Amino acid sequence: MKQTLTLTINGKSYSDEVEPRLLLIHYLREVAGLTGPHIGCETSICGACTVMLDGMAVKSCTMFAVQAEGRSVLTIEGLAQNGKLDPLQEAFWNEHALQCGFCTPGMIMTARQLLADNPSPSEQEIRHGLEGNLCRCTGYQHIVNAVKAVAKAGGA
Amino acid sequence: MISNAFSYHTPETLEEALAMLEDGGGKILAGGMSLIPLMKLRLASPESVVDLRRIPGLKAITEEGGAVRIGAMATHHEIEISPVIRGKCPLLGEAASAIGDIQVRNMGTIGGSVAHADPAADYPAALVALEARIRLRSANGERTVEASEFFVDAFTTAMEAGEIVVAIEVKEEEASEGFKYEKVAHPASGFPVVGVAVRVKKSGAGIAMARIGVTGMGPHAFRARNAEALLEGGAGAAAAAAVVGEGEETNSDLYASGEYRRHLARVHAGRAIAAALTRAL
Ligand SMILES: Cc1cc2nc3c(=O)[nH]c(=O)nc-3n(C[C@H](O)[C@H](O)[C@H](O)COP(=O)(O)OP(=O)(O)OC[C@H]3O[C@@H](n4cnc5c(N)ncnc54)[C@H](O)[C@@H]3O)c2cc1C
Ligand code: FES
Ligand code: FES
Repeated sequence: MKQTLTLTINGKSYSDEVEPRLLLIHYLREVAGLTGPHIGCETSICGACTVMLDGMAVKSCTMFAVQAEGRSVLTIEGLAQNGKLDPLQEAFWNEHALQCGFCTPGMIMTARQLLADNPSPSEQEIRHGLEGNLCRCTGYQHIVNAVKAVAKAGGA
Repeated sequence: MISNAFSYHTPETLEEALAMLEDGGGKILAGGMSLIPLMKLRLASPESVVDLRRIPGLKAITEEGGAVRIGAMATHHEIEISPVIRGKCPLLGEAASAIGDIQVRNMGTIGGSVAHADPAADYPAALVALEARIRLRSANGERTVEASEFFVDAFTTAMEAGEIVVAIEVKEEEASEGFKYEKVAHPASGFPVVGVAVRVKKSGAGIAMARIGVTGMGPHAFRARNAEALLEGGAGAAAAAAVVGEGEETNSDLYASGEYRRHLARVHAGRAIAAALTRAL
């Protein structure tokens, strides 16, 4: 049976009739039309589907959309303001922190919480903080460099 | 990967939640980090899902009269950053930090972890070493079960049908105690192949108190009481570590045989004891 889901995504309010078993990632991509968050593994491992829920990074393939009722979701689409990339996006660009880019939207969301919790992380802390996000291309070093660059420049 | 259909409920009180679970067709949803993967695989297909997230007070981490009470819905992340946990039972915080990744720690809860009783969960090692007590609520009232009696078998606890974990209670670790949680993470899943939690208190050159909890080695977490007794009796860390897991059942899978797990438990007990001793005052 469908039920009404009301939530805020990237500052905009949404209300839709959804089945409780609809996963948040499917809601975001197929109902709300936000295809920034990706589906990599769909089994809670890769982190490509990571979005922020009330400021915390979560794997949206491991959450029912109805669990987001009344809450606030931030996806990669919500970062750039007036066409200007946010500091993490800018740093990923400058530091070549992506190749195919598939992992990037999730990686940036997790990095956002990492920097909010710990504004000047060590290399080891960055690697520990990003454990839930897999990248098949970069070998991680440039991703770590990008997060470091943002921290050095004063935060996300 | 779409689960079977279910109805979704968000009760506002424990009484309401208990009533919703009465017919046995429902499942509690806490962080969903174990239940949702099972539902997606259709290994679990509850008719209704009762999400505890709106029940007030279930998340609180408080301290009173030498004991710390951790609400069942406190997330792993809330536990790892809690000043109360850091100050009063840092061993639990160290175990919380070792769980999964930040996305899992943001959602997953301590109540869900103990109720699920994965034989490879991190918390149980710390909880048995801390002599924690699990508080359960049912329609008949509340009761408490010691952690060492709570984990009965793989995915099996002392909980009865219709009971909800409401809190975990832990006596404060003394400030002079040393502690350490050592984990051998599975390279793919990140779950512990073996995890060892140690607490020690020094007295002069000896050890006045030792507690050792082991997870991952067997079907459920256990206290290595034989090793604790050796440490307290002055036998030394190497002799104590060498008997960890003696007589305990082991788990075995493609990655690690039972014997290898027992070996890991001993090696890492030795390291955890040494690290805990350096932290003890
Ligand atoms: C990618 C990934 C990696 C992980 N790595 C680790 C790891 O390294 N170490 C580790 O220990 N764990 C790990 N986990 C598991 C994680 O810690 C889970 O959060 C935990 O096992 C379950 O907690 P939950 O709050 O998510 O419970 P849920 O998934 O919501 O529920 C689990 C079970 O417990 C029941 N339940 C939940 N709350 C209660 C309650 N209060 N009273 C009674 N029953 C209840 C539910 O009905 C269900 O049967 C990992 C999970 C994932 C997805
Ligand atoms: S798609 Fe969600 S973790 Fe991989
Ligand atoms: S850039 Fe291709 S997966 Fe990370």
